[in-house]
Amino acid sequence: MSDFLKKVDWFSILLYALLVFIGWLNIYSASFTGELGSVLNAETYYGKQLVFIIVSCVLIVLILSVEAKFYERFSSIIYLVSLLSLLGLYVFGKNVNGATSWYAIGGMTLQPSEFAKAATALALAKFLSDIQTDIQNPKDLFRAFIIISLPALLIIPQPDPGSALVYAAFFFVLYREGLHPMYLLVGLFVVVLFVSTLLYGTIWVFLGCALLLGLVYYFSKKKKKKVSIPQLTIILIIATAFSYSVNFIYNSVFEQRHRDRFSLWLRLEDDPLKLNQIRKTIGYNTYQSESAIGSGGFMGKGFLEGTRTKGNFVPEQHTDYIFSTVGEEWGFVGTSAVILLFSMLILRLLFLAERQKSAFSRIYGYSVASIIFFHFAINVGMVIGLLPTVGIPLPFFSYGGSGLLGFTVLLFIFLKLDANRINEWM
Amino acid sequence: MRKLLLASIIIIIAIVYIGRLSYLQLLDNTNKNPLNDTAINAVYDYPERGHIYDRNGELLVANQPSYDVMVIPREVKPLDTLEFCALLNITKEEFEKKYKKARIYSPRLPSVFVPQLSKKEYAILQEKMRKYEGFYIQKRSLRHYMTHVGANVLGYISEVNNRDLKKYSYYQSGELIGRQGVEEEYENVLRGRKGVKFIQKDRFNRVIGPYKDGVFDTLPVPGKDIVLTLDNELQKYGEKLMIHKRGGIVALDPKTGEILALVSAPSYDPDLLVGRKRSKNYTELYYDSIAKPLYDRGLNAMYPPGSPFKTVNALIGLQEGVIDESTTFTCYHGYRYGRNSFMGCHCPSGTRNNLRRGIEASCNAYFANTYRRIIEKYPTSAEGMNAWEKHVESFGLGNYLGYDLPTGQSGKIPDADYYNSVYGERRWFATNTLSNAIGQGEVLSTPIQLANLTATIANRGYYYTPHIIKEIENDTIPNKFLEKHQTTIDTKNFEPVVQGMYDVYNKGTASLLRIPGINIAGKTGTAENFTKIEGERVQLTDHSIFVAFAPVEDPKIAIAVFVENGYWGSRWAGRIASLMIEKYVKGEITRTDMENYLLKGSLEEEYAKPLSGESFRINDGKTFVKWPEKEVIKQPTKKPLP
Repeated sequence: MSDFLKKVDWFSILLYALLVFIGWLNIYSASFTGELGSVLNAETYYGKQLVFIIVSCVLIVLILSVEAKFYERFSSIIYLVSLLSLLGLYVFGKNVNGATSWYAIGGMTLQPSEFAKAATALALAKFLSDIQTDIQNPKDLFRAFIIISLPALLIIPQPDPGSALVYAAFFFVLYREGLHPMYLLVGLFVVVLFVSTLLYGTIWVFLGCALLLGLVYYFSKKKKKKVSIPQLTIILIIATAFSYSVNFIYNSVFEQRHRDRFSLWLRLEDDPLKLNQIRKTIGYNTYQSESAIGSGGFMGKGFLEGTRTKGNFVPEQHTDYIFSTVGEEWGFVGTSAVILLFSMLILRLLFLAERQKSAFSRIYGYSVASIIFFHFAINVGMVIGLLPTVGIPLPFFSYGGSGLLGFTVLLFIFLKLDANRINEWM
Repeated sequence: MRKLLLASIIIIIAIVYIGRLSYLQLLDNTNKNPLNDTAINAVYDYPERGHIYDRNGELLVANQPSYDVMVIPREVKPLDTLEFCALLNITKEEFEKKYKKARIYSPRLPSVFVPQLSKKEYAILQEKMRKYEGFYIQKRSLRHYMTHVGANVLGYISEVNNRDLKKYSYYQSGELIGRQGVEEEYENVLRGRKGVKFIQKDRFNRVIGPYKDGVFDTLPVPGKDIVLTLDNELQKYGEKLMIHKRGGIVALDPKTGEILALVSAPSYDPDLLVGRKRSKNYTELYYDSIAKPLYDRGLNAMYPPGSPFKTVNALIGLQEGVIDESTTFTCYHGYRYGRNSFMGCHCPSGTRNNLRRGIEASCNAYFANTYRRIIEKYPTSAEGMNAWEKHVESFGLGNYLGYDLPTGQSGKIPDADYYNSVYGERRWFATNTLSNAIGQGEVLSTPIQLANLTATIANRGYYYTPHIIKEIENDTIPNKFLEKHQTTIDTKNFEPVVQGMYDVYNKGTASLLRIPGINIAGKTGTAENFTKIEGERVQLTDHSIFVAFAPVEDPKIAIAVFVENGYWGSRWAGRIASLMIEKYVKGEITRTDMENYLLKGSLEEEYAKPLSGESFRINDGKTFVKWPEKEVIKQPTKKPLP
C-alpha cells in the first residue's frame, strides 16, 4: 500500500481537490441566502454538494483499492450495464425540467449519462487496445464509432443533446490512435461551412470554396501530386449542396429558439436595437452572466459580496453558470486561476496518458483528458459568451451529485491505472 | 504530431478564454460602476430646500408638502373604481389610461398615478386610502410662495431635462432643479446635498438588504436659507404701479450695490408655477409672445439710454478738461455739424446754456459740443473714441455687470475698432458718431446698467456690482460684491452734474414730480423705437425713461425706470421713480395724486395699436403711421360643422 501511495499522481489529486474545493466555495456563495447555518444543511445546495464531496472521497478510496486489472477486464460489462441504465430511463426515468434523465432513488436522483462517459471510455479503450483492432481498417473504425455513438444516441432523445455532444470528444482519442487526419479535416470543413453559410450566405460560400479548391489544384500541380479536376468539382458540388441544405435546415427545421441562439452567437442580427432585445430575452442568461463577470473587474468583489450573485440575476448559477460567480466575486485573478488550473489538470492527464506502457491505460487516459477538456471548453465558452448556449456542467465545479461522482470515477479510474503502470510488467 | 494536437488546442483555448476575460473584466467598463449594477438600487433622501427671505426678514419662499398618489399595479386588488375616481377627481377613462401606463412601465415598481394633490384633496383621500390596495400616498416637497410678486427675481423649480442631466452629473431623472432668478443662481446653496442609500435587490427587484451594510451611504445635507437684498414692500409697490404698463424698474442701494427692487412688467404670480398646474401655466406664459411675461425687462431689454447718458458725457468732458462748470454753448434750436446734418433741440434758438442749465434743459446742442471737444482733443478720432470709450466703460456700461441673476445683456458702447469696421480706418470723424453725445445711435444699455450708472453718480464716482444676495446661512456672500469699482472720473467733477440733475427736479423737465421733504436728483429720457409690421419698419410711441437718486446729500436709493411707449420721460417713468423713492425713503405716500394717476393710467391702448391692423397715430397723435398697405392673405374661414 505504501508503494501505491508513492506511485499515485499526487499532483493530479491536488489539482482535483483544489477545483472541487473552489467549486464548493462558489456554490456556497451562489446559493447563500444570508442566514448562517450549518454547512451540512441538506436543505441547501452547498450542504448537499458537501455530502456529495464526502461520498466522492469514499468512492475514491473504493476505486483506488480495486485491482487495476478489474477495469480492463470488466469494461465490456460496465459498458453494457451503462447502456442498460440509459435504456431503463425510458421506463423508470424521472422527468426534471423537461428531460427524462434521472432515476429517483429515495430522496436522491441519479443521472446515468454522467457515468456512461466513463463506461464508454473504458469500452473504447478496451476495443482499441485489442491487438486485433486496426483503426485504419474501416470495419474496426465503424465498430469504434458504434461504441461511441450508442450511448449518445440513447441520450439525445431524453432530450439532453448537450450531454450527447460530449461524445464528440472521443474524436481526439481516435485521432491520437491513428484516425486518418482527413476525418478531422472534413469535420472542421463541415463546421466552417455551416458557420460561414449562416454568416455570408450560400453564394459567398460557393465562391470561397471554388477559390480554395482552385488554390489546392494549383499547389498540388506544383508538387506533382495528383488531384484531378473532376474530384475537386465533386467536392465543390457537395460543399455547395451542403451549404444550401444548411440554409434549409436553419430556416425550416430549426426552431426559433435555436435560430436565436445562433443569431446571438454569430451576431447575425444587424440592427443593434433588435440585437440588444435578443440579448436581454433569448440571450438573458449569457447577458446576465457576462454582466456579472464584467462587474468583477480585476480583483472581484470578494467572497459572498457578488451583488448579482446575491440577487440571483444569473439563472442556473450554481450549476451550469457557476463560472460567473467566480468572475464576479474573484475577478480576473480568480477566472484566470481557474482556467489555468483546468488547463494544468488536462495537460497533466495527457502527459500521464502518454507515459502509459499499456495501450488500454493510454487510450483511457486520453479519453479522460478529452472529456474533461470538452466539458470545460464548452461550459466556460458559453458562460463568457464565446459559444452558443449548451447545457453541460463545468467538471468538479457545478452543483450536482451525479456530475461530481461521474467525473470523480472517470478521473480516479485513470489515476489507479496510472499508479499501477509498473505492475503491468509483472 | 498526433500527440500534440489536443495539447495545443488546450493551450490555445486557455489563451483565448483568458483574452476574452481580460476584455470583459479589465477593458470593458460598462459593468463596473455600482450605479449601473442592476442588482443595486440607489434610494435618495432629499433634504429640504432652503427658504428665501427679503432684506427685512420677511419670508418670501418656503416649502409645502405635496402628495402623489402612487400605484404598484401588481398589488392592486379589485376596487370601487367609481368612488376612487370621484375622490381623485378623474374620469374612469383617465383611470384606465393611467393604470395601463403604470402597468406597461412595470407591474412591480411604483409609478406616479396622480401627481401633486392639494392639501384638501389629500385630507379627503387619506382616510379612505387603506381601502385601495396597491395604491399609496407619497409625500414630496414643493415650493410655497408667501409673496405674489418678484417672480422674475425668485425663479421657480422644475424637473431636470435631458440637457441638465448631461451637464450636471449630480442629478437623476425626475429630480428638481432651480430655473431662472435666485432659484437657478443659488441652486447649489438652496438645494443642499441629497443623501443616498444603496440597496441590494434580487432579480425580481425585491429588496434583500443594504448594500455592503451601508458603507457607501451618505446622509443628506440640508439646503441653506438665503436672505435677498430685495425689499418686498417696494417690489410689491413697483409691480402695482406697473399694472397695465410694460417696462422695468431697477432700484439699487448705491452704498452697497444691493438690488432693492427689480420689477419687470407684465409679470406673473410665482405661485402659478407650483404643483399640478405648473406645466399648463408655464406653457401659457411661455407662448405669450406679445406681453412676454417670462422676459425680465429690467435685465434683458437693451435700449439707447437717451438723455440720461448725457450726464456721462458731461462727466467725461469735465475729466478730460474740455469743459468746466462755466463753459457755455449757444443752442440754435439744435446743432448744425455739416452741410446737411442737423441735430434738433427743443431749446429756443440763441439760448446760451452752461453745464447745469444744459443738463436741466437736456440741451442736445450742449452735449454735441462737449462730445465733439472730447473726441477732437486727441490727434485722431480713433484715439479720441477709445479714450471716450474707456471712460464710459468704467461706469459698468457696455459689458455684463456681473450681478448674480442668470440672465442679462451686455449693452453696447462703440469703440474705434467698431467705427473702423463700419467706415474704414481714418474715414470717420467725431461728427459721424455724434449721436453718442445724446445716448442715441450705437449706444445701448439695459435698465440695470442705467440704475448702476445712477448709483455711480449718487456715490460721486464709484459703484458696487449690483447683487441680489444679502446673506447665506453659515456662509459669506461672494467677495466680488464687496469690491468697490472706481470710475475714471474724479469725485470733484461729479458735483456740477449732480447739481444739474437736482435742477431737473426743481426747475427743469421733472419739476412737477417733486416729493415734499426729499431732495431728489434725476434725469428724464425718451427713446425712439420701432417695430416691424408686415416686414416694414414702423415707428411706435417713444419709450419713457427716467433715472433718479435720493436724497441728494446722502443717497439711499438709485433708480432707473422705463415704460415702453410711455412717450416722454416724466410722464410715466418719472412719476413711478418719484413714488418708489418716496415709498422707500419715507415708507408712505404723500403724492396720492400722482399715485392715482398711475394706478388708473393704462397703456394697453397704445400696445394694441401695432396689432390693430389699422393705421394709427403715435406720440399723442403728433405722428401718423400708415398701416403698411400689403395684401393680407385671408385665412380660409372654417365651415361650421353640420
